[in-house]
Amino acid sequence: MTALLPAAFAGLEPFAAAWCLPTEAERYAKRLATPMSDIQAFYDAATPRAEAALAHCDAYPLDDLPEDVLHLMHLLYSLVAISFCVEAWSQQRVPDTGAAALDCLIEPVP
Amino acid sequence: MARWPKPPEGSWTEHYPELGTAPISFEDSVSPEFYELEREAIFKRAWLNVGRVEQLPRKGSYFTKEIEVADTSLVIVHGLDGQIRAFHNMCRHRGNKLMWNDFPREETSGTCRQFTCKYHGWRYDLQGRLNFVQQEGEFFDLDKDATGLAPVHCEVWSGFVFVNLAPEPEQTLTEFLGPMITDLDGYPFDKMTERYVFQGDNHSNWKLFADAFQEYYHVPSLHPQQVPAPVRTGAGFECAHFQLDGPHRLVSTGGARRWTLPPEYMYPIERTTRSGLVGPWESPDIGEPPPGLNPGKIDPWGIDNFQIFPNVEILIYRGWYLMYRYWPTSPGSHRFEGMLCFQPATTVRERIEHEVAAVVFKEFALQDAGMLTGTQTALESAYANKIIEGFPVNDQEVLVRHFHHVVAAWVRDHQRKAAAS
Repeated sequence: MTALLPAAFAGLEPFAAAWCLPTEAERYAKRLATPMSDIQAFYDAATPRAEAALAHCDAYPLDDLPEDVLHLMHLLYSLVAISFCVEAWSQQRVPDTGAAALDCLIEPVP
Repeated sequence: MARWPKPPEGSWTEHYPELGTAPISFEDSVSPEFYELEREAIFKRAWLNVGRVEQLPRKGSYFTKEIEVADTSLVIVHGLDGQIRAFHNMCRHRGNKLMWNDFPREETSGTCRQFTCKYHGWRYDLQGRLNFVQQEGEFFDLDKDATGLAPVHCEVWSGFVFVNLAPEPEQTLTEFLGPMITDLDGYPFDKMTERYVFQGDNHSNWKLFADAFQEYYHVPSLHPQQVPAPVRTGAGFECAHFQLDGPHRLVSTGGARRWTLPPEYMYPIERTTRSGLVGPWESPDIGEPPPGLNPGKIDPWGIDNFQIFPNVEILIYRGWYLMYRYWPTSPGSHRFEGMLCFQPATTVRERIEHEVAAVVFKEFALQDAGMLTGTQTALESAYANKIIEGFPVNDQEVLVRHFHHVVAAWVRDHQRKAAAS
């Protein structure tokens, strides 16, 4: 299978197919649909690499990112999207929000 | 904990004696009869913000706005003459909704040279004039000049597009906004074109949701997760400054900025990205701030939270801002719109700072959204069963007291004028 991420981040490749998601709606749906054990595994693998991943992406112009770098940035977005599940809520949903939803209609690209 | 000075009367509430200090009623947030009064007395009289000029970038750009509480849909358009106008979104022939796609109740936007009705093909120019009628000769005494789109008063302040559904507004937009709001003139709203727009249907009255965003008394209790567990103290939170101007309100926060606190006050993702609950640690310099920003001269200043009557909130975090709108859809529900507005990122690092701010906003806004359904449910029970009428509201909640006071005053004023005419 072709690698999705830059070679320096091969260690995160097992998470790439699931978490390189370009939109907030896809990332939030994935968060809600993923067991906490899998979220924790992604968090544990990606958090120590986040600084390096951010620096790697930041070396390229925002309006002209190579595809593998764009994937890495989307993976970082997903890490941000699930970080509160691990760091604050201990679950996928925000507690006590059974009847509430907030959809992202417009977001910057990339 | 910092103690901020209160006005000489001893409290913010007593500084505005018309508000009183007694328990207040929230029946205005559960009563179907009161909701009907609000339609006429507030939403068909007050200036309502429907968007920004950046949503209408070119001649011919338009967007539609559904305003259920005022029983209408509007189309707002950037005319070929450069002027922004608003019309009821309805064909004058047999009343078909004019601009929509696929689902007539969903909002839409785009660019056009003229408005064409899907039904019989009548066409209107962007100033609302009827300029084409299919088989015009089949009609009887059709006065095309008198059959343009129904106009709605539309004015722009600092790039915010407002409409007023009254036949003749009682005040101009500038008069309505008053000096506390218009003193924000000069804030670079126009530069903050990178937007996240969130929307959600919420099972609570529009005012109850606004209440949750105009006091910080609830923050340590509902949102303890705003800081990591080891540093949660359970201490209360005191705002630095409150100010009222006509129907509008302001609260400012102060105190040490989040990122100047020791690292254990932040989550790992915040330390990595240098962004979080209050947005990017370093937002772009905005130059000399307008006089309306931080009018209480709080130092160190945190956030200005402007509540523009009836249903708008603007939260200014120095170099970026958040904006909320609450659109009533029934006595016990409303549609919430939340927008984060940044100066466009120029680097990946800046984009990720914005992304973190948007994600954290959603985490905590959902906490409020979830809880407010509980408030609505219990208040409906309180008034249905006549269990409790008045609820105590403290000095940190002075804006909640003022909001319900103003809503009642607008309803009374409208009833008085209606009875007199």
